[in-house]
This record gives sequence, structure tokens and C-alpha cells, in this order.
Amino acid sequence: MNAVLVIIAFTILASAAVAMSLRNLIHSALLLVANWLGVAAFYLWAGAEFVAFAQVLIYVGAVSMIVLFAMLLTRRARADAAVVPGSIDRAISALAVSGAVAGVLVFAVLQTHLPAVTPPAPAATVRQLGAQLMGPQAAALLVAGVILTVALLGAVILAAKERNSNQDDAP
Amino acid sequence: MSPLPLCLLLSSGLFCVGLAGALSRSNAILVLLGIELMLNAANLNFIAFWRFGLTPSADTGIIFVIFSIAVAAAEAAVGLALVIAIYRHQKNIRLQEAARLKG
Repeated sequence: MNAVLVIIAFTILASAAVAMSLRNLIHSALLLVANWLGVAAFYLWAGAEFVAFAQVLIYVGAVSMIVLFAMLLTRRARADAAVVPGSIDRAISALAVSGAVAGVLVFAVLQTHLPAVTPPAPAATVRQLGAQLMGPQAAALLVAGVILTVALLGAVILAAKERNSNQDDAP
Repeated sequence: MSPLPLCLLLSSGLFCVGLAGALSRSNAILVLLGIELMLNAANLNFIAFWRFGLTPSADTGIIFVIFSIAVAAAEAAVGLALVIAIYRHQKNIRLQEAARLKG
């Protein structure tokens, strides 16, 4: 059981690290798709099938398409490939900060007495989840729907072209 | 080693990779992707504690992950729309040159 987890963890961490260090944006996006697939595999391994399918649908399907579209819409010819001065300092400081955070987190995890026994897999069927979402969590579900609607409208307004700016100047 | 500490170490590593990416890259899209990696690390923790925690009978972890994914999707949409708006104004999405957001 742990061997599968180690393989999944290696896939997730390696794809994320390589994606964050590559210079080619498209390669980074494709490696992040692999990373999200690894996370979905982790959910399947843990027994949360519905969340795994939601992860595949939303991240691998939708978010990756949005990211690729944004990358292609904002691409400049060879301008992003230039190594800017000062980025080395930023990279070193970012690595130091994240290394310190990693040290704190790993120390905290290793010092904590976690339950060692593995409980039997809890059965979370889609029917139970639907009853939870429609019953006790109905208000939160409505709020999530409102958030998604407002975010969609806001994204359209932000990214839409401003056509009125030129018409005001025109006679 | 029992699975729960391994899961927590995995999510810690993923969080730190995302943090390093978000802090070190100067491309706005890659910074957003680093933030997405950190959100995914949090979701891994929710699922790990739901599966291997002390009270695995409750569905709270899965419900929380569903809402977290919804909020992350909204954040990605708005963030990338902001990136496109900045690109339209400045013809560039490097964060060092996007210091002036007005006009």
C-alpha cells in the first residue's frame, strides 16, 4: 500500500518541481497537467473517487485549458526566454524561504503523535455526498454557486475589450 | 511508517514547491500556477485526514475538498482574466513591470 503512495508522491513532487523550474511555459503547463493527474491518483488511492473525478474534470479539463489559453494569448516572441538580472537573487531567496517552511512542516509532522492504526476505508458513496450537500450543507452549496457566478461575470468584465474608450474620442 | 505521516509529508513537499515557484518566478501565470499547487497541497491534507484520521466516518473532508476545488476554480478564472487585462495594458506579464495597475 505504501509503495503505491511513494510512486504517486514521486510523480506529484517531480512534476511540480520540474514545472516550476522550466523556462518554457507550455512545457510547464503540460507538466502541471501531469501533476494534477497525480493528485487525482492520490484521491483514488485514498478512496475518494468522487473527488478524484472532480479533480480530473475541473483541473485537468478546465483549469488547464484556461491556463493554456492565457499563455497563448499573452505570449510574446522570444521575449520571455531572456534571463533577467536579479532573478537569481529572487530564486535563491525563494528557495531559502520554502526550504525553511519545509523544515518547519517536516519537523512538525515528525514530532506529532499521529494515529498509527489504519482504520477501515470509510464508505462515502455519491448518494451520501449528495444528501450531505443538499441537506446540511445546502447553504454552503448555494454560496459556492453564487461565488462561481460572480467570478465568471468578473472574469468576463475584466478580460473584455473596452470598446467605449475609442468611441468617446471619436466625433 | 504509517500512511498518514507520509501523506502529510507529501503535501508539505507539494506546498513548498508551489511556494518556491510562486516566489521565484516573474511570469504572472506561473505565479498563479504555484498558488494552485499550494491549494492542491491543502486538499491532499483534507483527504489524508478524512481517510486516516480519528473519525473517518464523517464525510466532512470530502465536502470541504469539493468546496475548496470550487473556490480554486473561481480564483483561477479571475486570476487569468487579470493577467489578460494586465497584458492588454502593458503588453507584458512580467510582474516587475506590472507595478502600476491603474490606467
